[in-house]
Amino acid sequence: MTKTLSVLLIDDNPARAEVVEAGLQAAGYRLLARLEGTQDLTARVRDLSPDVVVVSTDSPSRDAIEDMRRSTEQQPRPIALFVDQSDPATIAAAMEAGVSAYVVKGLAQDRVRSVLDVAVGHFNRYHAMREELERARLTLLERKAIDRAKGLLMEQRGLGEEAAYKLLRKLAMDQNKRIGEVAQELVTYAKVLKK
Amino acid sequence: MAELERTKLNVGYIPIIDCAPIILADELGAYERQGLEVEIRREVSWANVRDKLALGVLDASHILSPLPLALTLGMDSVTVPMINAMTLELNGNALTLSQALWREMEEAAPDLAGAGHPPLVARALAAVVRQRAARGAPRIVLASVFPYSVQNYMLRHWLASGGLDPDHDVRLTVVPPPHTVAHLSAKVIDGYCVGEPWNQRAVALGIGRIVLTGPDIWRGMPEKVLGVTEAWAERHPNTLKALIKALIEASQWLDEPANRAEAARVLSSPRYLNTPVEILARTLDIADFHVFHRSFANFPWRSHADWFLGQMVRWGQAAPDLDIEAASNRVYRTDLYRAAAEEMGVACPESDRLPPGGHGEPVLSPAELEPVPFPTLMRSGEEA
Repeated sequence: MTKTLSVLLIDDNPARAEVVEAGLQAAGYRLLARLEGTQDLTARVRDLSPDVVVVSTDSPSRDAIEDMRRSTEQQPRPIALFVDQSDPATIAAAMEAGVSAYVVKGLAQDRVRSVLDVAVGHFNRYHAMREELERARLTLLERKAIDRAKGLLMEQRGLGEEAAYKLLRKLAMDQNKRIGEVAQELVTYAKVLKK
Repeated sequence: MAELERTKLNVGYIPIIDCAPIILADELGAYERQGLEVEIRREVSWANVRDKLALGVLDASHILSPLPLALTLGMDSVTVPMINAMTLELNGNALTLSQALWREMEEAAPDLAGAGHPPLVARALAAVVRQRAARGAPRIVLASVFPYSVQNYMLRHWLASGGLDPDHDVRLTVVPPPHTVAHLSAKVIDGYCVGEPWNQRAVALGIGRIVLTGPDIWRGMPEKVLGVTEAWAERHPNTLKALIKALIEASQWLDEPANRAEAARVLSSPRYLNTPVEILARTLDIADFHVFHRSFANFPWRSHADWFLGQMVRWGQAAPDLDIEAASNRVYRTDLYRAAAEEMGVACPESDRLPPGGHGEPVLSPAELEPVPFPTLMRSGEEA
């Protein structure tokens, strides 16, 4: 039997890291640690010597890990799992979910892919949970505005419901506003433009 | 106007001051004037930028100058043939050391530390390295922002000028710019070479000291460029030309001293750099520290690429038999830039290369890619 893979998780979002950690452990992987970017990551990777490093792509920490493969004195040398080494669809799905992975050289691709699949599944699960929570926190008025704004976007931009919601959320994040506020503004502007 | 192959583009940037042309082209309506509908996307790491360009999630991006070369040649995890369509900014870097390390340097070599001349300051650091080694203290840790960055090569060149071996006498690491101040304050690192606002921020907090600026080592160093994949450029020649033109327009605007206050205000927004406007205004006001257009700043000089590739060979990132000229010519597409500039009536240099030293860069002797002794390098404040 092959040895259980050891995994190091780097994520600046502790709530998400908890969900992903539980998922990886449930799938039978040995989780060495959960780290945040504020720590000395290269030193920790060197000390812990994981088979796979999973890094959230919304953390700048990827660049620190990228450097390790160049260094002559650092072992292990984790290398990025990437398009020409794996199938592009898997990598694209991982990027979309916000997951990147680094592996020690020589590890079989299919073993790594299963770690990636579990991580991606739990990143997506966390984001779905957060969305649910966001929705539950909205006031009735905000929910109504969001529904109307979504309707407008679906009609005018030809988007699906999910895509329309994502666009609203992105607009809100870009402007540091609540999604309810942005939806209300959009509905107001739409009214003005119609007249 | 030639027909655009596509009008909707995603263009990436990292929140560092030299992304300004990407943002200002949006704010000033320059993309629209070229018939483009550009969504500018803030990214958090160069690794993400690389992956998203390769996957086609981004059409183009603000990128570290040496990175398109490294990706084309397959030095990194992945081989992605890329081109440099134009340079976005000259200068803008600085070397910040912790106050504690600076005090050690002043004590170990007071005459050298305060000399203000790069190799002499490096020798002051070398004195500290020797003292630390003698008493068995940990090595000095210095950070840059990516293995294929101007910062990495500047830091290495500077250390070597003081007689230090960057791979053995100190420990070089990579720290993403937004983490630099926290790492310096937590003593995880002793210093870093990075763009703004991260030097000014350490100074404002009283934890760091700007020991040298980029122009002290290389005045006119090309900091960031516009990167697209070679395949994308082939499929979208008219779109790329329109994009270059929009960015040239924004670069011209940014170079007007009268517009700097407005630029600082726009960039300070939480959507972009999320940095107090005073900090941005302070660094943008430093004379010749951020050059966006004049002195052919946007021209993708092949001699710039030659220098980067020389550094890659020097530090073991590229094979010694690399055909430097061929690689530079493939990645630095002066023809594309010239065509766009010509339509705007923007002047271009006659040749694609200047002889070694022509850009004020630290010179390597071509025979062995060894550094020529530093005194040939201009000191800051001296005229060319």
